[in-house]
Parts: sequence; structure tokens; C-alpha cells
Amino acid sequence: MSTFLTRRRFLIGSTLGASALTLSGCDILGQNTDVEEVLRSAEQLTMKAQRALQGRGALAREFDEKDISPSFRVNGTSAPDSDEYTQLLENKFETWRLNVDGLVERPRDFSLSDLKNLPARTQITRHDCVEGWSAIGKWTGVPLANLLQVVGLKPTARYVVLHCADELEQTLDGSGRYYESIDLIDAMHPQTILAYGMNDKDLSVGHGAPLRLRVERQLGYKQAKYIMRIELVDSFAGLWGGNGGFWEDRGYEWYAGI
Amino acid sequence: MNENASNDNIRYPRTVFIRRHSIITRFTHWLNVLCLSFLLLSGLQIFNAHPELYWGQYGADGDPAFLTIGADDAGDKPQGFVRIAGLKFPTTGVLGVSSVDGEPTTRAFPEWLTIPSFQDLAVGRRWHFFFAWLFVINGLLYLGFSLLSGHLRRDLAPKAEELSPRHLGQEVLDHARLRFPKGEKARRYNSLQKLTYLAVIVVLLPLMVLTGLTMSPGVDAAVPVLVEIFGGRQTARTIHFVTASGLVLFVVVHVAMVILSGTWNNIRSMITGRYAIREEGPNA
Repeated sequence: MSTFLTRRRFLIGSTLGASALTLSGCDILGQNTDVEEVLRSAEQLTMKAQRALQGRGALAREFDEKDISPSFRVNGTSAPDSDEYTQLLENKFETWRLNVDGLVERPRDFSLSDLKNLPARTQITRHDCVEGWSAIGKWTGVPLANLLQVVGLKPTARYVVLHCADELEQTLDGSGRYYESIDLIDAMHPQTILAYGMNDKDLSVGHGAPLRLRVERQLGYKQAKYIMRIELVDSFAGLWGGNGGFWEDRGYEWYAGI
Repeated sequence: MNENASNDNIRYPRTVFIRRHSIITRFTHWLNVLCLSFLLLSGLQIFNAHPELYWGQYGADGDPAFLTIGADDAGDKPQGFVRIAGLKFPTTGVLGVSSVDGEPTTRAFPEWLTIPSFQDLAVGRRWHFFFAWLFVINGLLYLGFSLLSGHLRRDLAPKAEELSPRHLGQEVLDHARLRFPKGEKARRYNSLQKLTYLAVIVVLLPLMVLTGLTMSPGVDAAVPVLVEIFGGRQTARTIHFVTASGLVLFVVVHVAMVILSGTWNNIRSMITGRYAIREEGPNA
């Protein structure tokens, strides 16, 4: 009986010890690059599984007017504080130009009225923040596919990079500038729009005036605000942290479908 | 064991060993323990990023919340609280406000309950989704095997007579008095075990997966019916949290029962498969 008790004590003790080790060990393990690599493998699996389930055309749900959130939370930057942006805001974005360049046949820029003259799409969709909250809003803008048709893609173009005006982290080298990227499957999706209107009004500063991205099958941080330039690239390895976005460079998944 | 049954020279009472759990049940059980532990603790890290729960399609700061774990600023000493369905409970020290490096800090779940211990949503998500995949693969392995081998039908599905109120009432009484089945009866799960395990296997765990998937905008586009079933992404998130709490409750009771009804015998049977049964003998 005494050996039984010892054995039991040993079991309980080692279990408690192991769980304590696991908890503090996770912090160390999570920072180990090999372990990180293994954990990150799930992202590829998630993306492949979701893309296979969705096919190219699966639409995000669209809601009715009555479903719109009474107040839509402003997240990330609430107003870019650069002189450049302040000036644009003062002249109501009349001098704002969207530059579209990179791997395109006919690089050019668009004024806000150029964009508003292109065929528009309006959709009431749910915005899902990576933190867990959701808000429903009505977005009006140009389907990105239409814009890309105007400029024409070079055969090597693979990703659409959105360069933004807001600096979410103050840095000397500019790496705190917000940027995002999506692949051509999402870029060509009918609900992927460059929105200049929200809830039947011009896009407010808090929500990304004058132009923001809506890519409805992904999380909030992909919905880049304050877009200044769209660049077509074959790889985003050369951009800032090389992970394809501001939050991606800070550890978040590039594919934000979950 | 069977060849011994006709042997007259056996001395009773004696202990016989039976094969309690198949290799698949044992393997998937322990992998499940690992997955659920990581899923729970990384899940609490994710919850901490927005410690409020809502009902319906949308929900964010300012919308009415079903549950909030937060902190009130009372001068220099923040006070942690949990507010659920309008009732507010002080929880300083554990929930809302807890100690980080000796300093009272505003965070929903304390650092000893989250992976990683420090606040990092990106890393928490990485752990969560990795183990979510492992958990689903493990669960499919278990379910596939249990259906094909007859484990579900033979060992877990209760028989009609086991579901009679009288029988169930008797088992509840026996459990409350900590009288556990012995001898022949100990060869099988009792009906409370069967019902509980079935509820976990076919209701709670699948519900965790489905509500988890419903929170994914990518899955919602592919399988819109999921959002319909649960009545909104925020409702699904709330059910995810409530179901996880149910699983924690199950584990607490499960571990207590394992300890009370013969710790080492139970644990050995889930590791090696061998389970000891005390036979009193034919004349007992």
C-alpha cells in the first residue's frame, strides 16, 4: 500500500509539474523558430481548405438595411496625422490621387471623381475583427477587378499591394506605415471593392477616407484604410517585413479567412 | 480469462484483468487531452483581445453585451469585474484585473490561464488553430474508428432499460454516495457514464468545432448555412465560450470520478488498456 501511495503521489506531482512546465514552456516554445514554423503550417492548411470549400465565387453574406450596426466601431488609426493627409483632408481630397503601378500595362492615377464615375457596387456586409467583434455596414465603391481591367495586368502580377497613408507605429524608416496585400483570387472577387462610401455617406476619416478596401471573406485587418497607392507585384518578399502587411509583419496570418 | 472460468481450483475473491480500452481510444484520448488543454488556454488568450460576448449577427463596443469581463477605474486601483446578463460580480485578482510582474494589470483572464502568458493575440491564434486542426483530425479518427468497430453502439449507446427513470435515479444515488459498480457490472460503462460521454462526443465537441468555424468569415462564405443555424457570428462566439465552459466542467467532474473510483486502475486502463476487476466468486 505504501508503494501505491508513493506511486500515486509521484503521478500527481509529475502531472502538476508537467502542466506548470507546459504553461511557462509555451512562452519559450512559441518563440522558438522551429516550433513557430510547425504552428504556422496550420495557416497554409486553413487557406487551402477554405479556398477548396469556397471555390472562387462564394459570396460573403449580404444583409438588409435593418441589420446595419447602430454604431460602427472605428479601429486602428482614427485619423492619419501626417501633413500630407491633413492637406488632402482640407481640400476634401480634391488633390488626392490613387496611383496604380507596378506590374501593370498602363500605370496611371485616379482622382476620387474618376473612381466615382466607374460602375459602382453597394453591399451590406459584416466586418469581423481579428479580436472577435463584428459590425455590419453598407459599403459603396469600385470593384477592384474593374479598376485592374482599366490598367491591365502584366502576366507576372500575383498580388495587389495597398499602400496606405496611416502610420500605425511611429518609426524612423517608415516601416510603421500601414499596408496590406491580397492575391488575385480575392482581387477579382465580385465583392472586393475600393469603397469611397459608407452607410450612404462619403467614407468618414475614422473609417478610412477617401478610399478603403473591402475584401469580405477575410478579417478586419485586411480591409486597408486611407489607400494612396496600389502596386501590383509578383512577390511581397521585398516589402518592409516581407510578410505582405503591417500586421503580418507583426505575427498575424497573411491569409485572414479565420 | 475464459479458460480459467471452468477451472475449479480458482480461489476467490480474485483480481482479473480485462482489456478496457482499445489502442485507438487510448491514443485519441490522450491526444485529445493535449489538444483541449492548448485550445482552452490559447482560447482564453484570444478572448482577452475582446472580453465581451454578444447575441446576434454583430456586436462590438457599445452594443449590449451578454457577458463582460472588465475593469473599473477606481483611482489608481482598477477593480476587476464580471458582468453577466446584467449582474455584476467583483473578481479583482483573477478576472478583469490580475497580477502581471507583481503589478495589478487590466486583463480578462490572468496570465497563468493563457497561452502565451503575456498578451499576444497573434501567437495565441497560432497555437489555437494548430491544435484545432489536430483536434479535428484526432476526432475524425476516433469517430470513424468507433463507428466502424461498433464501439459507439456496443459500449456507449445506452440500452433501453438503462434509460428508465428508476434505473437512472438509482445510479444518481449510487454516484452521490460514491458507490461505484464492482465485479461484473464494472466491465461496462454505467448509464450515467454512457450519457455523459455521448453528450461530450456527439454534442459538445462537435459544437465547439462548428461554432469555431462559424466565426471564420472564409467559412461563412463557403458554408453560409452555419451562420443561419447559430443565428449570427456573435451568437456562435458566445456558444463557443459557453460550450468550452461546459467542457471544463465535464473535465473537473471526470477527473474527480477517475480519482474517486480507483485512480490507478482507471489511469492504467487508459494507458495500457488493462483494467482490474475484483471477482467475488460464484458463491459470494
